[in-house]
Amino acid sequence: MTENNAQNPITTDAIIIGAGPVGLFSVFELGLNDVKCHLVDILDRPGGQCAELYPEKPIYDIPAVPVCTGAELTERLLEQINPFHPVFHFGQMAETLEKMPDGKWKLTTDRGTVLQAPIVIIAAGGGSFVPKRPPIKGIESYEGKSVFYSVRKMEQFRDKNIIIAGGGDSALDWTINLQPIAKRVTLIHRRDEFRAAPDSVLKMRALVAEGAMDLKIANLTTLNGADGQVTSVTLQDDSKTTHDLPCDNLLAFYGLTMKLGPVANFGINLHENLIPVDTSTFETSVPTIFAIGDINSYPGKMKLILSGFHEAALMAKKVFAYVHPDRRYRFQYTTSSSDLQGKLGVSDAA
Amino acid sequence: MHVICTDMEGKDHELLATEEWSIMEIIREGGIPILAQCGGSCACATCHVYVDPAWKAKLPEPNEEEVGMLDGAFDVTEDSRLACQLIFTKQLDGLKVKLAAGSV
Repeated sequence: MTENNAQNPITTDAIIIGAGPVGLFSVFELGLNDVKCHLVDILDRPGGQCAELYPEKPIYDIPAVPVCTGAELTERLLEQINPFHPVFHFGQMAETLEKMPDGKWKLTTDRGTVLQAPIVIIAAGGGSFVPKRPPIKGIESYEGKSVFYSVRKMEQFRDKNIIIAGGGDSALDWTINLQPIAKRVTLIHRRDEFRAAPDSVLKMRALVAEGAMDLKIANLTTLNGADGQVTSVTLQDDSKTTHDLPCDNLLAFYGLTMKLGPVANFGINLHENLIPVDTSTFETSVPTIFAIGDINSYPGKMKLILSGFHEAALMAKKVFAYVHPDRRYRFQYTTSSSDLQGKLGVSDAA
Repeated sequence: MHVICTDMEGKDHELLATEEWSIMEIIREGGIPILAQCGGSCACATCHVYVDPAWKAKLPEPNEEEVGMLDGAFDVTEDSRLACQLIFTKQLDGLKVKLAAGSV
């Protein structure tokens, strides 16, 4: 794909913020209405909460699907929307939304991707998934300087004393990847068991056994340092004994949490961090911006995937009117309409 | 029947408790902010609470999934539990829990 930026923006009919189940199903409903979509999601893959929180947990309340996992639901939705060729922009957060002179929206992501469309659909669920911040006093002043929640450039950790906190795959993967280039890596975890790929755990234990890194079973309680530079962390072990461990960097991997994020600055009315909508169209207080799924609110709202699917269908009808003002909306069933079957690429089977 | 929940400011709230509800639901229904982002499926660790030591013995032991999920919580102690995994019963009338940082 060519480089996209302000000079060379991507244009489409609708920008969907959030590639969770409701964002994905929107592609289907919009596709039937001849509305093309691009989706933006902060995660590196589709599925939203289904991918991040419960990929392997069963869901029992999807109509006609007695049971499926979050990962299976995502896979099936991807298969269902495939005929409409949605374009995904993963690993980026929708950061700013501006109205252009021609009335269209210009959305810019934190990675600099620029998308332009007459319609924006917010299907952002509980908000953006962002790393959990340890509730340690003053940690904000170190973030991005000597304390990190992700690794963008490994080189910056060369010859550094690094403390990695956490017990999952991210903590283990970065421990193993950074150990050869760092001066010393110390992994801190609250217990001597790890919920990570068994192979990674074996590798880490081997490195500890050969003296190439350290493992401490303890809780992180305090950061010590000044001007954004951490110099040591204070650890507390099971016996409540505390001690300081010198370091140049702390990398904390406690998983992700959801925060509303920049959507709050899009100029849409919010109520208790949710977006009120008109329930006949799921349009927000700003015409041509829609909100569906867990992120919206209206009397009687139930945060179910099911509700989001219904909302997507009604939203798509209104979006059709905006995108194709010259055409009359025609209500059709996929069972009987050769027009819809043509769009789905199944006409011959009909 | 009730549950006592101590908030982040240290204030106690006496909450109406219903049998078979999780402590997370009882806290939320009682109007005390609790993140509980995954909605109670033991998938996020944002309903982390400390159970009053006096009540610990009355609770079933956490299963492996709950213990593992607590890895995503902070300041985990031997009193730490996920409120979504604690189911209220008559025997727990008066149970005392304290919200942990990261759950609000």
